[in-house]
Amino acid sequence: MNRRASWFNVTSIAFGLAFLYLPILLLIIYSFNESRLVTVWAGFSTKWYVSLFSNQGLLDAAWVTLRVALLSATAATILGTLAAIALVRFGRFYGRTLFSGMIYAPLVMPDVIIGLSLLLLFVAVDFGRGFWTIVLAHITFSLCFVAIVVQSRLSTFDRSLEEAALDLGCPPVRTFFQITLPLIAPAVIAGWMLAFTLSLDDLVIASFTTGPGATTLPMKIYSQVRLGVTPEINAVSTILIGIVSIGVIAASLVTKRREVARIRAERQAAAGIRNGI
Amino acid sequence: MAAKAIGPVRRTFAPWDDPAAPPFIEFRNVTKRFGDFVAVDNLSLTIYEREFFALLGPSGCGKTTLMRMVAGFEEPTEGEVLLDGQDLAGVPPYRRPTNMMFQSYALFPHMTIEANIAFGLKQDRMPKAEINARVEEMLTLVKLTPFAKRKPHQLSGGQKQRVALARSLARKPKVLLLDEPLGALDKKLREETQFELVDLQQELGLTFLIVTHDQEEAMTVADRVAIMDHGRIMQVATPAEVYEQPNSRYVADFIGDINLIEGRIVDRAGGRVWLDCGEAGGMIEVEQAMEAATGDDAWFAIRPEKISLSLEAPAAPSVNCITGEVWDIGYLGDVSIYHVRLPDGTTMKSTVTNRTRLVERQITWDDRVWLTWPRDAGVVLTR
Amino acid sequence: MTTVDSPGRHDTANRPNPARWLVVAIPYVWLFLLFLIPFLIVLKISFSLTAIAQPPYTPVLDLGGGISGVIEAFKEFTVENYLWLTEDALYAKAYLSSIEIAVVSTALVLLVGYPIAYGMARAPKAIQPMLLMLIILPFWTSFLIRVYSWIGILKKEGLLNQFLLWLGVISKPLTILNTDTAVYIGIVYSYLPFMILPLYAALERLDPTLLEAAADLGCRPSRAFWRVTFPLSLPGVIAGCFLVFIPVTGEFVIPDLLGGSNTLMIGRTLWNEFFSNRDWPLASAVAVVLLLILVVPIVIFQNRAERGEGAINKVPM
Repeated sequence: MNRRASWFNVTSIAFGLAFLYLPILLLIIYSFNESRLVTVWAGFSTKWYVSLFSNQGLLDAAWVTLRVALLSATAATILGTLAAIALVRFGRFYGRTLFSGMIYAPLVMPDVIIGLSLLLLFVAVDFGRGFWTIVLAHITFSLCFVAIVVQSRLSTFDRSLEEAALDLGCPPVRTFFQITLPLIAPAVIAGWMLAFTLSLDDLVIASFTTGPGATTLPMKIYSQVRLGVTPEINAVSTILIGIVSIGVIAASLVTKRREVARIRAERQAAAGIRNGI
Repeated sequence: MAAKAIGPVRRTFAPWDDPAAPPFIEFRNVTKRFGDFVAVDNLSLTIYEREFFALLGPSGCGKTTLMRMVAGFEEPTEGEVLLDGQDLAGVPPYRRPTNMMFQSYALFPHMTIEANIAFGLKQDRMPKAEINARVEEMLTLVKLTPFAKRKPHQLSGGQKQRVALARSLARKPKVLLLDEPLGALDKKLREETQFELVDLQQELGLTFLIVTHDQEEAMTVADRVAIMDHGRIMQVATPAEVYEQPNSRYVADFIGDINLIEGRIVDRAGGRVWLDCGEAGGMIEVEQAMEAATGDDAWFAIRPEKISLSLEAPAAPSVNCITGEVWDIGYLGDVSIYHVRLPDGTTMKSTVTNRTRLVERQITWDDRVWLTWPRDAGVVLTR
Repeated sequence: MTTVDSPGRHDTANRPNPARWLVVAIPYVWLFLLFLIPFLIVLKISFSLTAIAQPPYTPVLDLGGGISGVIEAFKEFTVENYLWLTEDALYAKAYLSSIEIAVVSTALVLLVGYPIAYGMARAPKAIQPMLLMLIILPFWTSFLIRVYSWIGILKKEGLLNQFLLWLGVISKPLTILNTDTAVYIGIVYSYLPFMILPLYAALERLDPTLLEAAADLGCRPSRAFWRVTFPLSLPGVIAGCFLVFIPVTGEFVIPDLLGGSNTLMIGRTLWNEFFSNRDWPLASAVAVVLLLILVVPIVIFQNRAERGEGAINKVPM
């Protein structure tokens, strides 16, 4: 690569990252603004964070959102992992095309369509709308994301590991729990985190499928945002961004450290061969 | 084919020559299809107890499928597979008294070496003390005791191979299946390990079935070798027989280097065959008892190392002498391969052992040379 | 070895086994009941008459009535909602402008995303994972919040105008918020990671010796880009375009928060029809037509994804 190309590359990455992070950064900075006018800097203050914790409506919504996300991410991870196994391992089974269609379509399907159709289902079967309908809706669309994440790990999985377990006398179900699951665990955990954040984020589907009494944080934020920018929303957003970022960065650091340890060990082993061990 | 004593004569283990010997692994008219692809084609084969048996063939010849049927990872489409008299149909892999060493070793990356070896024993619900003792024993066997607590990725390729071996032997299987077990090792280590495998097999007295595409490996380790092509067995015999008395051009060509000359059988008498090879080889006389009729097309097959090369015509009139020009010389260190062009334009290869350090050889490019070989050096093949 | 023998790999798995059966059945039934059936209901209700009572549509799916009940329900089917969609030019405009915005913004995202993905793929191997992490991180943080963050920047007395006034580039504040420009900015911003990730996956796989070979054969770098790099990154380009185009067509949050009252997008129309006018059958008809528009790209996307093309599967992580 010549120097001019690399200058171009550095610029485009710098520009890209600035574009991605500047708005978030500004949002965080202005959450510490003394003034209610979010665009005029009037000194550092944490008063908006303090006022958040006395806003019972917001706290309730946060609690609902957290419970929805925990429940739906967990269920979606189980269902999505099963779906991934079916996709990768079961070859051609009856109705496979429909099945994979139902997995891939929600990835790109506009939220309004998913939300509307689920709502109409809940009305048609006369299912009381509220907390549980949001959970069901979130499970449905996030299980597809989990399935894709787990599927891409499974498709590179060395099947001879499972065959080795069977060969050594381990029945199939036990083989899954002792061999397959521990080895695809990073993907399953990543799938759970993805499902969790998708649920945390969702406004449209939750708005359609909710009923009286169940307001999620995004719905609360949305209704306030429509009235204009407020430093309180900046503060809530900052907290949300902080939690998600810490979670994602921690998870990636853990996997990276494991990776580094593995590479180091492999180098040692290679050195061992040279020394004739 | 004549049961002439060739190869290591002091051989005492030869159950395949004993009609009363009970079969241990038996394939009866086995066919395996994957969709339209026939991986194994109506194949029958018997393997005996304590035998080290090799399945040899190119990629896709069905050798791996055959082995996976013994392990239980494939079921035959037709025919049956028997182990020690028991039909294996419908027996899942985890209930078969066989264990396999995988090509990729398939060591569980999340378990220590110890736990890998203990894995199969735990499935049998063996008491803990017994498991520990057995693991200890296996680690000693493969000389890896100091590495017990390590994870697979902390081992070298050769060490992983030994762990895989220990793991598959821990359960004392009736048959050990080895799928290209040494394919991932470098040449030197592979050669050493081949002999270790043979010693181990003799020490443990187990039946070993190995799949390989490496003919040297098969010849080194196995009591008998089956050469496969397109789902069929071309020949089953001891390594020496396969090399010295191939039953077909395919086998002759697959194992080692060979010269093939096309001709026609013109006469047959007293255990000798005369083959008219036209311009290429003239009249070739071979000591061989065979059933082919006069006038049949046939091929004369001879290994390059069995041909003598000289710059002068033989003094006494000799059988099997042809002349040609040196076309090419390949220097391999221990031997040199001479490509000799015959009058009809075909080439014959002859290997000459380099007994001196002289770089300048007596025979060089464009020299006229005479190729001679005795009657019992080559074979006549009819297919 | 594995090439020819591999068809047998699935062999042991093909034995009937109750556990195996459940593995497919549980997610299958779930998606069937909560993804497919709801669409059929949407389709059915889109043919229903509007009623003011709750639930706000007439023929309720009542299987208790047996065959005759179903026939009875079918008699009440009406295409009135669809006629209404064609009669009122507002809907046609909304569909067309949705597609227009989706096409233009997909092109914009590609234009912005390609150099970034290219720069990432050419960056030193050691820092690539970190760059990837930095691109993915915003994807994990709330979509709504990311859109919201632009309001404070784009509004009349917002940070962008303050900055431009301070620079002296402009003399009076620009109106950006509540225009289509703001919608484009919001879409490019929100969907950028969806474009960069498949592009990066395709570009990163590109063998650098191909470019050396091109140079060796006398091809200038700029030509080599168009002749070698770009064609080989096409699977990533296509995947990224699908991942942006399809959801943007039905986008609601961005046009609602950043767009103006005259920014017509069908996702917003559907929302308003549903929540403000409470006309569920009409909202359903709007959804059905939107789905019809998107069904071809969705099917193509799904086929490509299932074949593992263009690294679509790599997107979320």
